Amino acid sequence: MTLRGVLLPIAVVALVLGIWEGAVRWGGVPAYLLPTPSRIAMTFWDHLGLLAHHAGATAAAIALGLLAATGAGLALAAAMAASPTFERAAAPFLVGSQMLPVFAVAPLLVVWLGYGLLPKALVAALVAFFPIAIGARDGLRQASGETKDLLRSMGASRRQTFVNLLFPASLPAVFSSLKVAATLCVVGATIGEWVGARRGLGFLMLEANARLRVDLVFASILFLALVALSLFGALRIIERRLLHWRDGGTRG
Amino acid sequence: MQALKADGLAKRFVTSRATIDVLARVSLDVAMGEWVTLLGPSGCGKTTLLRILAGVLPPDEGTVSCSGNAPLGRVAFLPQLDTLLPWRTALDNALLPAEIDRRPREPARRAARELFAAFGLAGAESLYPAQLSGGMRQRVEVARTFLAQRDVLLLDEPLGALDPITRAALQGELRALWAATRPAVVLVTHDVEEALLLSDRVLLLSPRPAKVLEETHCSATSGRRRDAPEIVAERARMLAKLTGGGS
Repeated sequence: MTLRGVLLPIAVVALVLGIWEGAVRWGGVPAYLLPTPSRIAMTFWDHLGLLAHHAGATAAAIALGLLAATGAGLALAAAMAASPTFERAAAPFLVGSQMLPVFAVAPLLVVWLGYGLLPKALVAALVAFFPIAIGARDGLRQASGETKDLLRSMGASRRQTFVNLLFPASLPAVFSSLKVAATLCVVGATIGEWVGARRGLGFLMLEANARLRVDLVFASILFLALVALSLFGALRIIERRLLHWRDGGTRG
Repeated sequence: MQALKADGLAKRFVTSRATIDVLARVSLDVAMGEWVTLLGPSGCGKTTLLRILAGVLPPDEGTVSCSGNAPLGRVAFLPQLDTLLPWRTALDNALLPAEIDRRPREPARRAARELFAAFGLAGAESLYPAQLSGGMRQRVEVARTFLAQRDVLLLDEPLGALDPITRAALQGELRALWAATRPAVVLVTHDVEEALLLSDRVLLLSPRPAKVLEETHCSATSGRRRDAPEIVAERARMLAKLTGGGS
């Protein structure tokens, strides 16, 4: 990234924060409605231990949910690619599962699964599952007819065709959908915690909100954003490592 | 000895709007070690014919046999469009047939490296397709086809998308590569000169639906220079036949 590419976004953020700080400080907005950025930063720093404690639970729910959704989504997509009959049978359920308002089901999950990690991970998995399954299904169709002909003419088995052609060809689409799913997972886990939890950033937010500690709400949101950002960053690193063949280098 | 035999191949594509007859009873025999070129106007059904010969497209009528067996897994097919796998290096692309066949890894790698060195691909082994020029990519595809170690090679316009200079150079190298192991070859092209320079026999195909218009033995011209009088004369005659509606 160029220096300009780094400095420009920083300048924009600094400007926005500066206007916010000024408006609250001299504009007469009460601090219990909208705290200044500097106040939020101080709260963040003072409660770092507390935030980290709660973030651990949220991060675990996000990670578990994303892993489960990835496993289930890839398995379903592979099964649909392997059998057109199965695809015709499963497609209505796949689309139908999206018509179901997952967040409305969240209270039920608490009744069924209790206040622990499981219902949050499940809500996260349910919202992340659809984009991953759809992305992987489309990805598994990316291989060209010519390359499929090529593998067939070599006498490749179905398994060899999947391993050597269909699966690697699907990875760019899979990673695009994983990045979308990851952000959904963060929302899913947080809402899962709103519904019923003893620990987690969503729980902390709700608690602080009830006590009009708006600065702590903002600090929780900030920490949640950092968790989401690191997850996104980790996915990009894995993507770059796996798909390094895409950046062509010299072409001549 | 016959390497590949096709009998009465017919193919028709039916869409909701139209029925297109692509092949009308095409028969051909290719002997072991023989180079046969299918020459015809664009869109005449050459590619369809080659896909049927490779076994990846079933004919409506007729049969294909490769030394008495179905062709799948017994021929090396080079499809027309770019078929290198972008996530594999050049060498790993060329090793794909050996992996599919589950041949021992080390001898296959050694053979591939030797062929790369002989076929102008030295230094490209660990590059990805996106890092190679068009000519180099074609070379890798040709290398992969030869490394499949089949008795029959089916080449669909392997030099189609190249500039004339690269193309002329590769024609000579392709023939030299073939001469070293002498598999049977079926080449599809619309370049008359290429057909005359490279093959033992040229089958001239009609416009769609394709049938064999005439058969020319060109042992007298193959391997010759492109400005030899026989080539120039034969080229003019075939071009006239191809463009004149085949009377």
